[in-house]
Amino acid sequence: MGMERTMTGQTLYDKIWDNHRVKDYDDGSSLLYIDRHLVQEVSSPQAFDGLRERGLPLRRPDAHVAVADHAVPTRLRSQHLPGGLAGDQISRLVRNAREFGVPYIPMNDRRHGIVHVIGPELGFTLPGATLVCGDSHTCTHGAFGALAFGIGASECETIFATQTLRQRKQKRMRVTLHGRLGTGVAVKDIILALIAEIGTGGGFGHAIEFAGPAIAELSMEARMTLCNMSIEAGSRVGMVAPDETTITYLKGRPLAPEGDLWMRASAEWQDLRTDPDAVFDREVDLDVSALAPHVSWGTTPEETLPVTATIPDPALEQDAGKRFRMARSLAYMGLEPGTRLADVQIDRVFIGSCTNGRIEDLRNAAAIVKDRRIAGGVVGIVVPGSASVRLQAEAEGLDKVFRAAGFEWRDSGCSMCVAMNDDRLAAGERCASTSNRNFEGRQGQGGRTHLMSPVMAAAAAIAGRLTDVRNLAS
Amino acid sequence: MQKFTTVSSVAAPLPESSIDTDVIFPARFLLLPDKKGLGAQLFHERRHKTGDGPAFVLDRPPYDGAQILVAGAAFGTGSSREQAVWALADFGIRCVIAESFGEIFFANCFKNGILPIVLTGPDHAAVLAEAEAARPIEVDLERCEIGMADGAVIGFEVDAHRRRSLLNGLDEIGMILTDDAAEIAAFEERQRQLRPWLHLGPDKLAHFADLGEEIS
Repeated sequence: MGMERTMTGQTLYDKIWDNHRVKDYDDGSSLLYIDRHLVQEVSSPQAFDGLRERGLPLRRPDAHVAVADHAVPTRLRSQHLPGGLAGDQISRLVRNAREFGVPYIPMNDRRHGIVHVIGPELGFTLPGATLVCGDSHTCTHGAFGALAFGIGASECETIFATQTLRQRKQKRMRVTLHGRLGTGVAVKDIILALIAEIGTGGGFGHAIEFAGPAIAELSMEARMTLCNMSIEAGSRVGMVAPDETTITYLKGRPLAPEGDLWMRASAEWQDLRTDPDAVFDREVDLDVSALAPHVSWGTTPEETLPVTATIPDPALEQDAGKRFRMARSLAYMGLEPGTRLADVQIDRVFIGSCTNGRIEDLRNAAAIVKDRRIAGGVVGIVVPGSASVRLQAEAEGLDKVFRAAGFEWRDSGCSMCVAMNDDRLAAGERCASTSNRNFEGRQGQGGRTHLMSPVMAAAAAIAGRLTDVRNLAS
Repeated sequence: MQKFTTVSSVAAPLPESSIDTDVIFPARFLLLPDKKGLGAQLFHERRHKTGDGPAFVLDRPPYDGAQILVAGAAFGTGSSREQAVWALADFGIRCVIAESFGEIFFANCFKNGILPIVLTGPDHAAVLAEAEAARPIEVDLERCEIGMADGAVIGFEVDAHRRRSLLNGLDEIGMILTDDAAEIAAFEERQRQLRPWLHLGPDKLAHFADLGEEIS
């Protein structure tokens, strides 16, 4: 390999890959060095057990940070752990972290939060680094120009023991974003529209780089939302090249380098980008200026449409497999073809998750609900992605805005994105959600999820139904 | 890891696309502490639904004893939860044939003695037809072939390293530590020089010095 590759330019992905190649095997795979590993309670217990059974030490304790995010309660948690299996799972992570010397962030600590929110906040996530976690939304960290991807529990054990993974290089795909988002349209709408276009398998086998003029204007929070849902387009990897916005965000973060090391690191990050003559295996272009706010109507993220649309009719679908899938989705969702999306009534609203639980998301949603009330019969919760986000929001008075509108204001965690704690939908309940997956049962057995941006979820809460946020008079 | 050489069995047909890992193994069961016994939760909602309609395929003879599953496109997308694979393995599934797979699920299969096979077009249709007719098929990893009851044979591709690992039940961690330890150490030393900020020293780890105990 390599001859052709050295003749032409390299992509961002190629460069980080090359910087972390420990060795190449004769079958074309490589041993990839992993700089950072975020450890959570769901994917780590079996990995720690494996290490213990082998009698192996954890190779580099400084490369790991542990936190419980999936199973933690988001209210009344200042006194004691939840009972039952959730408490057991959290306690197990506490014991494992202590035994193997990994820092563990308790759930009432000021540094607590969802792994994909606190990694960047701590400066644990850095450009040019390789970062993994036993969680598919690890692609979030690609927003910093890191090579970050989700792994299974067995691979977590491999990281603990060897700090490496045997990997095959992926194909390269570039998504170039042009234009400027309209009022009321968010980066969530870009990624939902992209998934609707290329499908949930559209990114299989590819590492995605998001590029183009529209990227430069996006905040780090927005870039994280974009990269976060790369996995919903089928790609484990979604990246954005670091720029001034990235470097400004990281400067002064607790685990980011300081002094001379900062100068060296940030200089390297400035140059960490795809060469102009690099060639991608696939290119997708998207003009974001024409986008309307999107909502999902089915049980896979590609079943998404502009909120101005009507529910599609499976009878009009030519492909038998797709027709079957659509009919199943509509039956699960309790929806009829031809219904206007904007006429669909909702019961619950969830604002939070590693997709949309950051400060900018809460500011945008709060601006919509300010001086308004949640519709009668609708229950809304706001779950900040981290304690840091919660404290910042409280300092800005956003908690008061949400509470005054009738929302519950919670502590940080994954909450109703994955429904492993007590935050879940009852069967048949319909939720306007800022999370990432509308799978069957994702927010609770029989629960119905509509994915959308924070401002769209906020608008839905006020209207009591899915609605175009652009129609709410400000 | 359990070796995989050949598996002969009826194949359970599940001709749907985008079967995600939440459907294969619902999230609320991720609190269960052990790998063993998770087969009881496999496709839980499909197998324990209320109301009329046919039983889920894995609850109907002869498919309740199937060691092979045939699905549509994008099988195992979504969450990285390895519990989805552990549950399949615990149920007795050794091979999943689909038009495409979620990538993390696909990788997880190989760590647990399960062979995921990508087949498309007429090959996929042929295997699905055998599954629906409840005629046993034989998956031979040595030859990379699927044999049908009528003698027809369909070839499949599998990564050479992964094939060898499955055939021999190899342990990846053991192999890396045995074969690659020197290269890993050399890489680390080189990286400490080139990019020292990727190694957190005592000054940086001091940020965690005031971490308290978890509440109990």
